[in-house]
Amino acid sequence: MTLSEIVKALDATLLTGEDKLDKNITRCGASDLMSDVLAAVSEDCVLLTGLTTVQVIRTAMVAGVGAVVFVRKKQPPQQVLDMATEQGIPLISSPYSMFVSCGRLHACNLTGLDGKR
Amino acid sequence: MPRLKKSFHIKARDFIRAGEASINVQNLLKSMDFDPRLIRRVAICGYESEMNVVMHGGDGTLSIEVDEQKLVLEIIDDGPGIEDIELAMQAGYSTANDDHREMGFGAGMGLPNMKKNSDHIQIESPKNQGTAVRMVFFIPEKGKTN
Repeated sequence: MTLSEIVKALDATLLTGEDKLDKNITRCGASDLMSDVLAAVSEDCVLLTGLTTVQVIRTAMVAGVGAVVFVRKKQPPQQVLDMATEQGIPLISSPYSMFVSCGRLHACNLTGLDGKR
Repeated sequence: MPRLKKSFHIKARDFIRAGEASINVQNLLKSMDFDPRLIRRVAICGYESEMNVVMHGGDGTLSIEVDEQKLVLEIIDDGPGIEDIELAMQAGYSTANDDHREMGFGAGMGLPNMKKNSDHIQIESPKNQGTAVRMVFFIPEKGKTN
């Protein structure tokens, strides 16, 4: 599904990355532990997390994550927004909990990072 | 003659800048047109070890050296060292505190991730003499996957 469809499925707000709304995403990972993200095949996935630190953006850069969704309506600090804009990493804020955000995307046929549903 | 040799400083407990050295290495390797999968493996290893230095070590350096056959990543710091390397290599073992976990680290996956993503890893950590981690990544022949 496209990033635009992900934003819609989560009733979410796009914080950065308007130029990437057509980007196609097929896999999804959810974690607050960045090493778990780095240990998996996270390239071009959407990452759901409750963390809003600069390390989320650096992890996304290193692992090649396609987009980051902050759950529970979290708003990252300006420094994080600036870094993501500079690096071309789309950021999304979902009003739902981690559980509900994951459930909504699973219902839209996204798979886990290992390709399983 | 190495094709590239470069070092970056790592400052202990600087969580804001932690990871910059690895991103610099990632950008350098991208500019040299290496296979993206190889770059990703090197960047993950660099980032994990850089976070270890920032969280647990003293000030240090992250160095990359590239020749025709391989890339060598070396991370050296002057911290207290790793008490039990064998234990630290086990997935899930961690000595991280709440501050580290707030940053998203401390899952006990750092060293196992580094071992998984490098072709060779060597760790030296004599008591109170800092830690030196050396990782080697062989450059795959053109047309072959790594």
